[in-house]
Amino acid sequence: MTTKYDASIAAEIINKYEARPEMLVQILHGFVERYGFVGDEAIRQIANELNLSRAEVHGVVSFYHDFRTEPPGEHIVKICQAEACQAMGSRALTSHAEEKLGVALNNTRSDGGVTLEPVYCLGNCACSPAVMIGEKVYGRVDNEKLDGLLDSLGGSSK
Amino acid sequence: MSVTVYVPRETAAVSLGAHEIAEKLAAVENVNVIRNGSWGASWLEPMLEVVVDDQRIAYGPVSIDDVDELLAAGFLEGADHPLRLGPTTEIAYLINQERWTFWRCGLIESLSIDDYLAHRGFAGLKKAFESGPEFVLDQVKASGLRGRGGAGFPTGIKWQAVAELDVDQKYIACNADEGDSGTFSDRLLMESDPLNLIEGITIAGYAVGASKGYIYLRSEYPLTRRVLEKALAIARESGWLGKNIQGSGFDFDIELHLGAGSYICGEETAMLESLEGKAGVIRYKPPLPVIEGLFGKPTVVNNVVTLGSVPQILALGADKYADFGVGRSKGTLAFQLAGNIRRGGLVEKAFGLTLRELIEDFGGGTASGRPVRAVQVGGPLGAYLTAEQLDTPMDYEAFAAIGAMVGHGGIVVFDDTVDMAQQARFAMQFCAVESCGKCTPCRIGSVRGVEVIDRIIANEDREKNIHLLNELCDTMIDGSLCAMGGMTPFPVRSALKYFPEDFGK
Repeated sequence: MTTKYDASIAAEIINKYEARPEMLVQILHGFVERYGFVGDEAIRQIANELNLSRAEVHGVVSFYHDFRTEPPGEHIVKICQAEACQAMGSRALTSHAEEKLGVALNNTRSDGGVTLEPVYCLGNCACSPAVMIGEKVYGRVDNEKLDGLLDSLGGSSK
Repeated sequence: MSVTVYVPRETAAVSLGAHEIAEKLAAVENVNVIRNGSWGASWLEPMLEVVVDDQRIAYGPVSIDDVDELLAAGFLEGADHPLRLGPTTEIAYLINQERWTFWRCGLIESLSIDDYLAHRGFAGLKKAFESGPEFVLDQVKASGLRGRGGAGFPTGIKWQAVAELDVDQKYIACNADEGDSGTFSDRLLMESDPLNLIEGITIAGYAVGASKGYIYLRSEYPLTRRVLEKALAIARESGWLGKNIQGSGFDFDIELHLGAGSYICGEETAMLESLEGKAGVIRYKPPLPVIEGLFGKPTVVNNVVTLGSVPQILALGADKYADFGVGRSKGTLAFQLAGNIRRGGLVEKAFGLTLRELIEDFGGGTASGRPVRAVQVGGPLGAYLTAEQLDTPMDYEAFAAIGAMVGHGGIVVFDDTVDMAQQARFAMQFCAVESCGKCTPCRIGSVRGVEVIDRIIANEDREKNIHLLNELCDTMIDGSLCAMGGMTPFPVRSALKYFPEDFGK
């Protein structure tokens, strides 16, 4: 996911949406999918090609949770913090994950192995608590199941 | 002879291993795997169905580790096994429902146009083309359908307002930003019967004279996104979207937009801003979106379930729909049983049954087996109810009368281990995180709310701080521009009122 910034690839992402300013949110998604985040170079190029000011683009980037401005960890683990999951122990599950991964919620571990984030509802509320790793959603996650999922991530996340 | 096995492609089932199960079964000789959606009995997911003598025999909840044992036990012949649930048509949880909008969910292969057409697919749109826009507007009005996103505004009146305007461009904007915790009916409908939503949006476009529709889907639903992308492509390829749909002379297409993790974008004007590529900051009303909506043009903004209910209303008749329900709450609502509940899932029923029937009869009580202590209905902005209030009938007016709301039909159950002061604090905290920041009562009030609740819990100037919290709630209710700040006080106040013992001493 994290690749070196390349202006021609960035232009491709922007042109997929014909550089239409109303597609800015979709274009930013394209950057996150490609690079994992929206950096300064990206904001500058998007602003140029969409004929917007950098401040306007930055305003949109900073408004939405999905648009990071820093590279995330190798793996992104999200634990639902909303009411249905709270009712099934997501607070305790989150503490367990923080301890297991060695990183506090809303943070990326210093070795860049993993980012732990809250998410407010994955729509899996009848099978709480819910966890998302990458794009994959898991239901009825207890400490043991979470340990298994985290152990299977491999790489530097262990 | 090959054996057909249905394996759901729906988030709850997939979150418990349905993809892996489908892959494993597909590799078995003479097995034909069909990916349906979900019937909505999430507690039984992944629920597999084997077709034996034209009857579907259900097994669930099946984990990937059960598959070898099931095969050995002869489940491909419908043989007995502890996970065997019997014929799908005899599962009490399902047959005791009144399925209107969700009737195809689980039944059909979700991404098959042939299966869709074989099950009354596009019958509503065909009826619309035969009878004209006026007929559609009359039918939707006569059905009594109200917005299922939570606000409950009469759908036909909204459509009429847009239809009457004589302008060059109008839009349909489908709100699929289902952010309320405890709700998943939009997701389930989109994943299980995506062509139905496309049909509903197209009917709305035809009725009001719009040529373009948008679906604003939250990014937390990646599977839904893939299903919708495929369904839109299928509809275009088969001539149910695009120019001159089925020779009717009507042009219409739908564009899918992704949200970006912002709860407030479920508010209709914030959603319109986001669809325009901007930050999801809410707009002042008036002007209403029916007059000045997307890109300043008249726009019908409707929730997924609202639009998804329309094809059936046209196909079967508005009077059939209006026969369901009580008083001014006509039709059915897809209730969603969530949180600490033994049999969680989707239950589509006519308005008017009680919360107790849903939680006890369908839901089977808490998953933990402990007593129910609190229930939050209608999402994070809904009031907390007590176990004594469970006999309240589920309809818009009865809920409004006890200071609560039916909302989008989400029901989150908590057992007696819940700390209601923490839940009240969370309501304010959530508002602080998700406020768009346009108005002060919401932006600042929520931050102060967390602080005041912390002081109450810590027993600092208790009486004074409770008084202050109540005043803050009044300010937020009276002074906020939208429901985010205006309703966050409901869960807070109800927690304080019904569960004061949790707020320190």
